[in-house]
Amino acid sequence: MTTGITKVTKHISPNEQLIFERSQTGRIGYRLPALDVDESTLDIPAEFRRDDDLEGMPEVSEVDVIRHFIRMSTWNYSIDLGMYPLGSCTMKYNSRLNERVARIAGFANLHPLTGEQDAQGALQVIYELQQHLAEITGLPGISLQPAAGAHGEMTGIMIIRAFLDARDGAAASHRRTMLIPDSAHGTNPASAHLSGFSVKTIKSTAEGLTDLDHLRELCAHGEVAGLMLTNPNTLGLFERNIKQICEIVHEAGGLVYMDGANMNALVGVARPGDMGVDVIHLNLHKTFSTPHGGGGPGSGPCCCTKELEPFLPVPRIVKSNESTFRLDYDQPRSIGRVKAFFGNYGMMLRALAYTLTHGNDGLREATEAAVLNARYIAAGLVDDYDKPFAGAPMHEVVFTDKRQSRKGVHTLDIAKRLIDYGFHPMTIYFPLIVQGAMLIEPTESVGRQELDQFIDAMKSIASEAVEDPELVLNAPHDTRIGRLDEATAARKPVLRWKP
Amino acid sequence: MANVPEDLHYSKDHEWVRVDGDQAIIGITDYAQDSLGDVVYVELPKAGDEFAANESFGSVESVKAVSEVFTPVAGAVVKINESLADEPETVNSDPYGDGWMIRVKMSNPGEVDSLLTAAEYEDFTKAESE
Repeated sequence: MTTGITKVTKHISPNEQLIFERSQTGRIGYRLPALDVDESTLDIPAEFRRDDDLEGMPEVSEVDVIRHFIRMSTWNYSIDLGMYPLGSCTMKYNSRLNERVARIAGFANLHPLTGEQDAQGALQVIYELQQHLAEITGLPGISLQPAAGAHGEMTGIMIIRAFLDARDGAAASHRRTMLIPDSAHGTNPASAHLSGFSVKTIKSTAEGLTDLDHLRELCAHGEVAGLMLTNPNTLGLFERNIKQICEIVHEAGGLVYMDGANMNALVGVARPGDMGVDVIHLNLHKTFSTPHGGGGPGSGPCCCTKELEPFLPVPRIVKSNESTFRLDYDQPRSIGRVKAFFGNYGMMLRALAYTLTHGNDGLREATEAAVLNARYIAAGLVDDYDKPFAGAPMHEVVFTDKRQSRKGVHTLDIAKRLIDYGFHPMTIYFPLIVQGAMLIEPTESVGRQELDQFIDAMKSIASEAVEDPELVLNAPHDTRIGRLDEATAARKPVLRWKP
Repeated sequence: MANVPEDLHYSKDHEWVRVDGDQAIIGITDYAQDSLGDVVYVELPKAGDEFAANESFGSVESVKAVSEVFTPVAGAVVKINESLADEPETVNSDPYGDGWMIRVKMSNPGEVDSLLTAAEYEDFTKAESE
């Protein structure tokens, strides 16, 4: 007996067409009232008039447009959907309160050219955030101008260069070598190179830390302008010789720049300024919970010692008396502007809200939770995955695919399979010095329940890699589309749609 | 197991050198291409550029990472493999043949003797992947 029900194809295609392909001749999303003026009296110059009758534009209704973009938005994975353990990226939750503060009309609608007397509140926000960040880093000089991490890095390196030129005069031209560990972010050598330095690479020890002997050897050459160091480094390990490292570089006449990408392991617990660091950048979009990636823009404040302060970008935001704030352009040794206006202001509001809602204790607790979470994952997975460095990790932990690769299952496959379990993959193949690296940073934004789910998923993938490698090699299976051909996409990219 | 031809010289940075009179043809090893994964772009120097031994002469970009490539021997670039601009995948499919990168006129041909033999390189990669 038949049921009389005819099976139909799925109503909403997960393979959404392009908006151009959804076009139906004659379909429109608006209806204008009749023109009640004489068209010939409209004085629009000919060069501004379209005469192609919107040729090639999609013909769609309003509801077509809304559904098209809403459907596509459901394919996204975001920090609001689940854990996003990208190592070195600090994908923590961005609280709604911060968003609300950033939308306060008095701030959001303030024109950047408003005179300082009419923008006192906005300047106070900048000033107060500067004070907090200076306290957190232990470095009193600060500029919030840089627009992102690499920009803050470059600002810091330009400050080092300006300082050396002022200190050494013509002799500074012989001091153009920047030392960078082999575990560093790729932006470090790029910033050094753009600022006119040549780069020498410092090796890491088997333990995963900066090789002090190699550092001493490189410093002995006498051309060292400085060291760019990430701490904790990109292996998630705290450079416990940091004071000694700074001393070696200082004795060689160089300065120490710290990449603040991993500050989420230190805030409220340890201060780079106390370790001997001269200049650091922070990523408000990582450590201070302002939106990240597509949700940006970023913000990469640069903090430095009193000695380097005169070289910071202008304008400086200063207090002229108890309750008045002003813009100080009178800094003759400044490297100048690095960004239009004052930087990405909305991010400063969010970061200030984050800092104030946490308070001293809250910031420290967030750091402790971030480190504890990473260590919980480290302990949870050490029996299933190769952990190349024995040391206890800080806020992120690195594993490799060494055990799984014997069965032909590699890091990329494990990352793709993780998508089937509902998690965003971790950072893969970075740091470059670790073959088949998987860098996991859970942040403080996940609780034990979700950490356990993540560990279970990774353990399950480890057994699949042994029992059913094909399952992992062909992942993901439960996504809208399967494994992408990344090589062809990179070799022969299709960058725009053509009819 | 990665292919390691007998007649070539090898560096610890995973380049190979094929000696042709006073010239050297340089590329990356099978082990290197396998570790890098699918190569999507190869950046090479210009003919005439001079390099010291162990200097970076270009970079190889794969879907995983960008890695520098080094000259195992000093010399001036005579010729580069232009076809890698359009077909970088040759580095994966034929690393010792059509995937070669540069040809240099060696300033000190004796330098090749300090490089690894095939057997030594094979031991070196085994130790590295331990």
